[in-house]
Amino acid sequence: MHQYVGLIVLFPLIGLLINGLLGWKIKNEKVIGSIGSGAVGLSFALAVAIFIDMLGAAPEQRSHVVELFTWIAAGSFKVSAAYQVDQLSVLMTLVVTGVGFLIHVYSIGYMHGDRSFARFFTYLNLFIFAMLNLVLADNYVLMFLGWEGVGLCSYLLIGFWYQKKFEGVTITWTGDAGNKAFWVNRIGDFAFMLGMFLIFKEFGTLTFNEVMGQADTMAVGNSTVFWITLLLFIGATGKSAQIPLFIWLPDAMAGPTPVSALIHAATMVTAGVYMVARNSALYALAPDTMMVVAIVGAVTAIMAASIGIAQNDIKKVLAYSTVSQLGYMFLALGVGAFTAGIFHVMTHAFFKACLFLGSGSVIHAMHEEQDIRHMGGLKKVMPYTYWTFLISSFAIAGFPPLSGFFSKDEILWKSFADGSPILWFIGAAAALMTAFYMFRMVTLTFEGKPRWADDKHPHESPPSMTIPLIALAALAVVGGFVGVPAVLGGGNAIHQWLHPVFAQAEKTMALPEHHAHTTEYILMAISVAIGVTGWWVGRRMFLKDPNADERIAAKTGFLYRLLARKYFVDEAYDAAVVRPVVKTSDSFLFRFFDVRIIDGIVNGAGALAGWTSRTLRVIQTGVVQNYAALIVVGLVIVLGLIIL
Amino acid sequence: MIPHVLNVVLFLPLIGAAAVMLARRSDSAARWTGVVFSLLTFVLSLELFFGYDANNPAMQFVEKVSWIPALNVSYHVGLDGISMLLVVLTTFITPIVLISSWSSITKNVPLYIAMMLILETAMIGVFSSLDIFLFYVFWEMILIPMYFIIGIWGGKNRIYATVKFFIYTMVGSLLMLIAIIWLGYYASTMPGGEFTTDITMLFDIAPTIPLGIQGWMFAAFALSFLIKVPAFPLHTWLPDAHVEAPTGGSVILAGVLLKMGTYGLIRFNLQLFPQASLEFASFLSVLGVVGIIYGALVSMVQKDVKKLVAYSSVSHMGFILLGLFGVTVTGLQGGLIQMVNHGLSTGALFLIVGMIYDRRHTRMIEEFGGLARQIPIFATFFMIVTLSSIGLPGLNGFVGEFLILLGSFQSDVLGSPWYVVFAASGVVFAAVYMLWMYQRVVFGVSRNPENEKLSDLSIREIGLLLPVVLFIVWIGVYPSTFLDKTESSVQRVVEKLEKVQRGEYLTTSVSEQ
Repeated sequence: MHQYVGLIVLFPLIGLLINGLLGWKIKNEKVIGSIGSGAVGLSFALAVAIFIDMLGAAPEQRSHVVELFTWIAAGSFKVSAAYQVDQLSVLMTLVVTGVGFLIHVYSIGYMHGDRSFARFFTYLNLFIFAMLNLVLADNYVLMFLGWEGVGLCSYLLIGFWYQKKFEGVTITWTGDAGNKAFWVNRIGDFAFMLGMFLIFKEFGTLTFNEVMGQADTMAVGNSTVFWITLLLFIGATGKSAQIPLFIWLPDAMAGPTPVSALIHAATMVTAGVYMVARNSALYALAPDTMMVVAIVGAVTAIMAASIGIAQNDIKKVLAYSTVSQLGYMFLALGVGAFTAGIFHVMTHAFFKACLFLGSGSVIHAMHEEQDIRHMGGLKKVMPYTYWTFLISSFAIAGFPPLSGFFSKDEILWKSFADGSPILWFIGAAAALMTAFYMFRMVTLTFEGKPRWADDKHPHESPPSMTIPLIALAALAVVGGFVGVPAVLGGGNAIHQWLHPVFAQAEKTMALPEHHAHTTEYILMAISVAIGVTGWWVGRRMFLKDPNADERIAAKTGFLYRLLARKYFVDEAYDAAVVRPVVKTSDSFLFRFFDVRIIDGIVNGAGALAGWTSRTLRVIQTGVVQNYAALIVVGLVIVLGLIIL
Repeated sequence: MIPHVLNVVLFLPLIGAAAVMLARRSDSAARWTGVVFSLLTFVLSLELFFGYDANNPAMQFVEKVSWIPALNVSYHVGLDGISMLLVVLTTFITPIVLISSWSSITKNVPLYIAMMLILETAMIGVFSSLDIFLFYVFWEMILIPMYFIIGIWGGKNRIYATVKFFIYTMVGSLLMLIAIIWLGYYASTMPGGEFTTDITMLFDIAPTIPLGIQGWMFAAFALSFLIKVPAFPLHTWLPDAHVEAPTGGSVILAGVLLKMGTYGLIRFNLQLFPQASLEFASFLSVLGVVGIIYGALVSMVQKDVKKLVAYSSVSHMGFILLGLFGVTVTGLQGGLIQMVNHGLSTGALFLIVGMIYDRRHTRMIEEFGGLARQIPIFATFFMIVTLSSIGLPGLNGFVGEFLILLGSFQSDVLGSPWYVVFAASGVVFAAVYMLWMYQRVVFGVSRNPENEKLSDLSIREIGLLLPVVLFIVWIGVYPSTFLDKTESSVQRVVEKLEKVQRGEYLTTSVSEQ
């Protein structure tokens, strides 16, 4: 079946061409929506078929490369449009097309009546096309095509409602937020590109299999590999919104909510995690980079979670939550728990997509209101949205036996066992904050008394929106069972499935086997306790007083402001980087250097020629007597010189 | 097979120009004549593309007739992969330029058409000359139509711009002329040698020139070409020329004329003076890298869209310069495809700027906003071309930039990764200046009520942009169509330099002396 992988990528391409070129003529929303969703649905079906086919094959025979054509070749460099079908890429493909399909269906309801309905589905299909190239590519360059392609879709979709204003630091329009996303990602891509150049210089190829094959014989601690992995990771901090390049993601919420669910939560932002996992064999050779990855992940997790506590925009809370959860994934990668990282990518895709779509349903019902302080009591009017939102909140807070419990707990356990207790502690503290801000949000949004204006008449969303919510909530419940750890008597199917992909890295890292089950049980109990505490405190505090924030703000003063204003990172970047660069370019490079210096010299040379000519013209009087006088003077001088 | 196809392609536009001027019937007759001749030239030039044997590194479609026997000068033309690609680019762009001026040029139409056609012959001549004297004639011939195109059909400040363009170029070409004579003279000092301007002969003779003299000749040629590119800091004629030139002039300037500079650097500097090339490679690469960043930063702060695009050319051409002087097959191939890419993308950008100028008679960014709502087809084309310009993978710009950076990163001649580290930052800046401009012009809401009356692109305008976009995608997805044609010629250039670097080439030549 794997030889048909090209079709998985082709379907969304066809979908986007139809809707992009003919959408204006089709007009009918049902048709456009069906084409867009159907294309992704077909890809999902084919991915399932390939997956089932792979299940039937022996584990070592599950990896295939399907080459389509030579893409770029010059000199010794050659790279193909070729797809690698293996356990990792198939898993990602299933998540991308599966969750993607549900979000496409949801969008039919959500975008109903939008004047650019066809454009929306064109972009969504383009996104799926790019994302599939990213996860299926068998080489860095094609992956980079997907990588930048998803960035483009992100940009286009953030600014989708380009006539809408959006508030942010130096941001006025949604398009500004789109630009910010693209630019920050480009900084990451710049590092990614340098990483590729370095790989090609070192390995002479940019194909994953060939690079990993050569890496097998390399020594741990190789300095070139350190730089390669570090540069690639900087690329990942851009795409996956980690410190220091996380700043674009919260502003990406300017886009329509299905976009936030699909691109800025479930799939695109996990691309960095996938990329690092794909390069696990290289990262295993660079323990220093691994440490950087783990620390950045952990710090991002807690920083973003703390900001999430003090946000009032329902989507902003979820955005910082996403940044924080992505931090967990990198924490996992950094301590060598590649499977755990990918496992969390998957479960997070389920519950976070559900949460975002749920928030979209709420925003829809509240007529574009996003401030949770003006909500409350919605659980009665929109039960489906409430229950699915609640279930997913329990999942992200790590309540057993929901999916988030298994994946997050494994990350925390591995960061303790293979990392350090400090990393575990940071992760655990962030988990407490997560449970707290989630139930603060759930409580303020759905419980208590309504705090909205009388003219709003919230209502449950249509089935095209609630059915995807239910499906995602169901996945958020059961999705974790593929990774039930051995201590709980589970088979940990996802570990076994992904094992061949990470075998090389695991061999290189040679992490010790852990047999001390007691510790694992204790930590697990702490995790559960943390989740319950966060839930209890968050719920109680805001059920009692929806304005509890104001009390806290009054008490903690600057600390609260620091969180509410996101540690002033945007302001700092603006003052330290953006303004100086623009100012220098304008007043020094352009107005001074280009206009005054260079053109000054050029025009000066012209003026000098003119001045010389005008000066010499003075003696060209046309009066013979003057010439005669000059001849005499010249004669005297020449004679004088000869005599002397 | 068409006999003497290169001669036909070379002189057909000139015949067209004569026809336009002699007939002088009506404006529309002149326009049609121009379009027919340029399209015919394009169709015939396809024979050059498809008939070109990529496996044969020698010059093809060669024509040679003695011209000035006293100086041993002949009419000698022919193509290798490098020049073939640029000739086809020229014949592709010219009809687009002529059609683009359909309604915007109303003054002295036959003369304008004739000037464009003369320009086309001159450009093809520059790329196909195999005699350096002939090359010089065509090179100087460019100046005349271009001088008039800017000077007659240009904007308010056109005289300043066209004189600046003229003098800048003349300064370079005079030094080049001296070097050409010196080169011919040097050939005559060889045992049994005689004064020659035949490039194919000079390819063998020139590399044996002692480094001291070679350096001077290299510098004389390089100065002339660097002005044309234009490389930092010799670029200040370009923004003025672009801003003042009519749309067609800008398109041809960005699309083809600038490539004469980079083409010259390959054909003459790299091929005639390999040793000096290696000596100067780092210096010229630094100029390229500075140009990339400088052009981008200055572009970022422009208020006039056209000036912004003009400065972006400085940045893009910097990439090409880096690709050439990294002296690797990968980098040179990238540089070559990037010449085509820049011709397509920047050419299209100037067309787009022209389209909006025709409607609003302004190009100031602050005047626009929200155009996506009024003129969505325009906005879509603008987006695609913008993305091509910022090197989005899947479109043409990426292929060129990636190969250039990848090649230069491996370069033994440069021997340091820092060139590429700085150059690659241009990729970030490109996204900044292009998308920022796009945001202010196309997104948001209109800042001037005039914008609400705009009409979207006409069929003619769509027809102009569509072929360009087709190639933007084609080169992005399947560049092999073009890269394969040039690979062996580029390899030949690089091999010679590698030999010199290893010290092989020179020792054998010197011993022959």
